[in-house]
Amino acid sequence: MKTVWTIAKREYNQYFNSPIAYVVMFMIMLVLGIIFAIVVRSSMDQAMQMQAFGGPATAPDNTPITGNLAFLLVFSIPALTMRLVSDETRMGTMELLLTAPVRDWELIVGKWLGAFLFILTIAALTLVFPLMLNFQINNGLDPKQLVSSYLGIIFVAAAFLGMGVGISSLFSNQIAAFFLTMAAFIFLWWMVGFPASLVQGGTNLFQYLDMKSHFYDTFNMGKIMLADIVYYVSLTVLGLFVGTTAVEMRRWR
Amino acid sequence: MIRVNGLTKDYGSRRAVDQITFDAQQGEILGFLGPNGAGKTTTMRILTGYMPPTDGEAIVAGYDVVEESLEVRRRVGYLPETVPLYTDMSVFEYLKYMGDLRHLPDVEDRVDEVLEKVGLADRADGTIHNLSKGMRQRVGLAQALLHRPEVLILDEPTIGLDPGQVVEVRKLIREIGKERTVLLSTHILSEAQNICDRVLIINKGRIVAEDTPEKLQARLLGAERVMLRVRGETDDLPFVIEKVKGVQSVDVKEEGLVEFQFAPGQDIRPEVAKAVISEGYDLLEMRPLGMSLEEIFLELTNTERNHEQGAK
Repeated sequence: MKTVWTIAKREYNQYFNSPIAYVVMFMIMLVLGIIFAIVVRSSMDQAMQMQAFGGPATAPDNTPITGNLAFLLVFSIPALTMRLVSDETRMGTMELLLTAPVRDWELIVGKWLGAFLFILTIAALTLVFPLMLNFQINNGLDPKQLVSSYLGIIFVAAAFLGMGVGISSLFSNQIAAFFLTMAAFIFLWWMVGFPASLVQGGTNLFQYLDMKSHFYDTFNMGKIMLADIVYYVSLTVLGLFVGTTAVEMRRWR
Repeated sequence: MIRVNGLTKDYGSRRAVDQITFDAQQGEILGFLGPNGAGKTTTMRILTGYMPPTDGEAIVAGYDVVEESLEVRRRVGYLPETVPLYTDMSVFEYLKYMGDLRHLPDVEDRVDEVLEKVGLADRADGTIHNLSKGMRQRVGLAQALLHRPEVLILDEPTIGLDPGQVVEVRKLIREIGKERTVLLSTHILSEAQNICDRVLIINKGRIVAEDTPEKLQARLLGAERVMLRVRGETDDLPFVIEKVKGVQSVDVKEEGLVEFQFAPGQDIRPEVAKAVISEGYDLLEMRPLGMSLEEIFLELTNTERNHEQGAK
């Protein structure tokens, strides 16, 4: 475990030396800031209209912010994971790590954990928007829903990062890793869900595989379901397994 | 400390290492000598646990490189051919990271100690990116020494260093080799002669010779060759030299330049010099011609081929 932590710490610190990480952080904060402004503005308009007609006004919740944060992860996580393993291969430092007393899974999990901690940092920064919103509405946000949404974000990020690390370890070229990772995310997040609406009757495989519904329909609505946790954790483990296997395969080649 | 038995490695259909068997004792510096692509790096990578062999076994520091790879890696220091460095880190950060990966107690003191040893103490806070090739090589060496390994495996440790640094690094290796096992690869014969207790010559994945550097050279040199240069015309100089007792053959290379051979062990150079001068020639230069690595290789691979043909 100490080895995992050592690797994770280096990867985490590494992000603060890289322009890409700052760009990702800035982009997420900017987009969420704009969405926050729109949410506040439209709720105000709506409230004034409702006042004019005498109907009840609905207060906004955290869903636009956390929902869009999840959406932004689809595009930003490939940029954070693309170099994780591929860069070691390119720079030749893989030889160093593979001849140090580091188990293959420790290397992969360490890399993943470093990226995960970085995403947690970004997620913590985005808390500023729900908190501001909290003070602008009368009864405040529903704290349970907020916690549930952020828990969902954490699981989604974990799964994305797991897959990203796995794909990164298949390549020695970061651009290739970037595009394949993004393609995989887009596929799981949107495309796999399309056939679900076409297939008649009951729950089906496509529905289960659809990544976004495990977040938007439950976590983001304040429902923490074991099935969704299992889904995201499985994807994380699968990605880390692919990564570990890829490193092992490299030895046998 | 190192025991290798029938080690074989295939890359697809190409056999990079073919049935290699050798061992190395504690306190011994073993040199791997061979041309590029001979299988030196592959053998070293197997011994460091980087990749498993196709066949055969290797025991390093008492552990099997395949079965107990992690134990082997704990006890081996390795400097790969292309020094693997995180160029965006400082020298100190890099070494501390490597020390942490190996769970070294009081890493920071140890890093300072090793940096002192390789002569980089004043560059500890500098970014690796800004270091010269020689300095990077020494950072790599520091990394290999960090955990006081029982076995040190160095792939071309002096490549890219300037002559002064080469002398320093060789001194350092000799010092380490007193207590530990060192396996180093090189394609420079003089380097092998300089530091190694024993040399393995490896070609096309096979060991073609194994001995101390001195014996190896003596064995290969059936005769000693000397080059001799005089001012002006060569004339009948070959006849003058031939008359000296012990000379086996004389060969005129060009005008004023003559090569002669004599049996090893009986140095007749003074007699030749006297004879040449007494005949009125102006002797400019007289120089022994060592056998170059290339020649040794040709020699060894030729004898091997002859053996093979003989067997058929």
